[in-house]
Amino acid sequence: MPSEQPRRPSWERPSLFTRAMAAAGLVFLHAPVWVITLYAFTTEDRTYQFPPPGLTLHWFDVALARNDIWESMRLSLLVASAATLLAIILGTLAAFALARRTFSGKESITLLFVLPIALPGILTGLALLAGIRTVGLEPGFWTIVAGHATFCLVIVYNNVVARLRRIPPNWVEASMDLGARGHQTFRYVLLPQIATALLAGGMLAFALSFDEIIVTLFTAGHERTLPIWFYSELFRPRERPVTNVVAVVVILVTLVPILLAYYLTRPDEQSQGN
Amino acid sequence: MPRAEPIVDMTPAIELRATRRAFGSVVALDSVSLTIAPGEFFALLGPSGSGKTTCLRLIAGFDQPDSGTILLDGEDVTNTPPFARNVNTVFQDYALFPHMTVAENVAYGLRVRGVAAAERARQASEMLDLVRLGEFGARRPHQLSGGQRQRVALARALINRPKVLLLDEPLGALDLKLREEMQAELKGLQQRLGITFVFVTHDQGEALSMADRVAVFSQGCIEQLDTPRELYNRPQTAFVASFVGSANVVGRAAAQVLTGRNFAFAIRPELIDILASGEPAADGYVQCAGEVVDVLYHGASSRLRVKIDGQTTLAVARAEIAGSGVEGLTTGARVSLAWRPEHAVPLQY
Repeated sequence: MPSEQPRRPSWERPSLFTRAMAAAGLVFLHAPVWVITLYAFTTEDRTYQFPPPGLTLHWFDVALARNDIWESMRLSLLVASAATLLAIILGTLAAFALARRTFSGKESITLLFVLPIALPGILTGLALLAGIRTVGLEPGFWTIVAGHATFCLVIVYNNVVARLRRIPPNWVEASMDLGARGHQTFRYVLLPQIATALLAGGMLAFALSFDEIIVTLFTAGHERTLPIWFYSELFRPRERPVTNVVAVVVILVTLVPILLAYYLTRPDEQSQGN
Repeated sequence: MPRAEPIVDMTPAIELRATRRAFGSVVALDSVSLTIAPGEFFALLGPSGSGKTTCLRLIAGFDQPDSGTILLDGEDVTNTPPFARNVNTVFQDYALFPHMTVAENVAYGLRVRGVAAAERARQASEMLDLVRLGEFGARRPHQLSGGQRQRVALARALINRPKVLLLDEPLGALDLKLREEMQAELKGLQQRLGITFVFVTHDQGEALSMADRVAVFSQGCIEQLDTPRELYNRPQTAFVASFVGSANVVGRAAAQVLTGRNFAFAIRPELIDILASGEPAADGYVQCAGEVVDVLYHGASSRLRVKIDGQTTLAVARAEIAGSGVEGLTTGARVSLAWRPEHAVPLQY
């Protein structure tokens, strides 16, 4: 870690205007998060008047007592976990198949893999619902997971493919040369190299699935994930701060994996250097 | 004594029979046959794109020939995957695994064979001692110098006790001084272990100083396969003469004028004498006159280029000592050259 930054010449230092605009940008991005947090503590439960007339912890009690919240939270966590796991397995397999080999039709297959993330969610959702109906499935937990896996897979695939392309091909040859079978080369040589890519891709996939609403609306049937819960809660006239309380919990919960990913994937001379 | 041909009644360590490999329309290896005896130090020498690396990869099993057969120790391994061949490779850039320690890298071959951890550690430290890196087992590859990494790659490849060790440009990434040290070290290691070493190089000096026999590759074919001494003294083709010995190649037309015989030949720069002006050549010498194109001073010797006719320029190397005839020569000077006819090596093409 560099202990001391050398002082840059004046023409390379940002102007006051640049600094002010950067600060304004950051405020624009983060102020809403603070507003949401603030209104989790307001004493007023119908309108978001500013400043809040008083502060209370009352809504935390209310939220805690409401089962529907924790049901939805639990469902969303389960869906995101299942979709991420599925995406990690399928995305890694796809990445290994497509990273190095060239064969006819490879470009088309790559496009088919990546398309779901570019396709509007409403199309994916509509198509999935039509498909689910056609084969006579009941929309529910697994149809949500399948829907989410379509775009989670792309995230994992992209991360792993990028990493695999950076691995010199002769590492695999060296491993085989020393007597390793395919699964041993994967376990001992490739997996340690793609581990951080899997972690980063998995976290991102998890986050995308956790707050996905459009595809979910089509594939959820009677299930209610957390985003759907939020959405329906907006139309309730009373107890508005309860949604803010849940939002604060979500913020806190998502902060943990983000910080963890940041900590685990930061450039580290021990593992990166060669 | 190095031998020109392997001993016949011994099963060859490696045998290639009419092996061919093409990549698209590029023929990398064109029906090459090759026999390497057990315990030989064998060099595959050639410029880049000559097929030498393709040849090595076929022996290692990283690639399969389009046609032909590869035998290791008498056994057909043409379709055997690399992990089932008793051959190990030292890669040009070493291909050490950065997430493992030096000792873990060296022990890798044992680990994938299911050897117990304690035994692995014991053998790995033995191997590290062999390459004089006993202290470095706990380090990571990136904490070592190029020469040290090279020795780790060697130890890693040798821990499986292969019958054949393949080395791909083993000294290419090292600086000059280290390269010379490693040449001696590799040679010593090979003699102590007694296993077959096959190495790929584009450096003819390296091939000549280390190998028992050298196969010179050009355009996917073996131009000549011989001991270093024979290659240097008796090149058979113009390519070998110029690539291995930096010899002068005199084409048929010029040879006709000089020797009266319609036969291309090679003559090495250090075997051409410069005659003092007016001095006649000794009896039987081939003699010619020419104009000095340039003179390069190399310290112990100087190298001249002398144009003897419209097409032919001869390189002449003379020691920088009194009487060698090189003092005072500059561009444009007229000189007489002479050499013994037996020093001119007839070429097949």
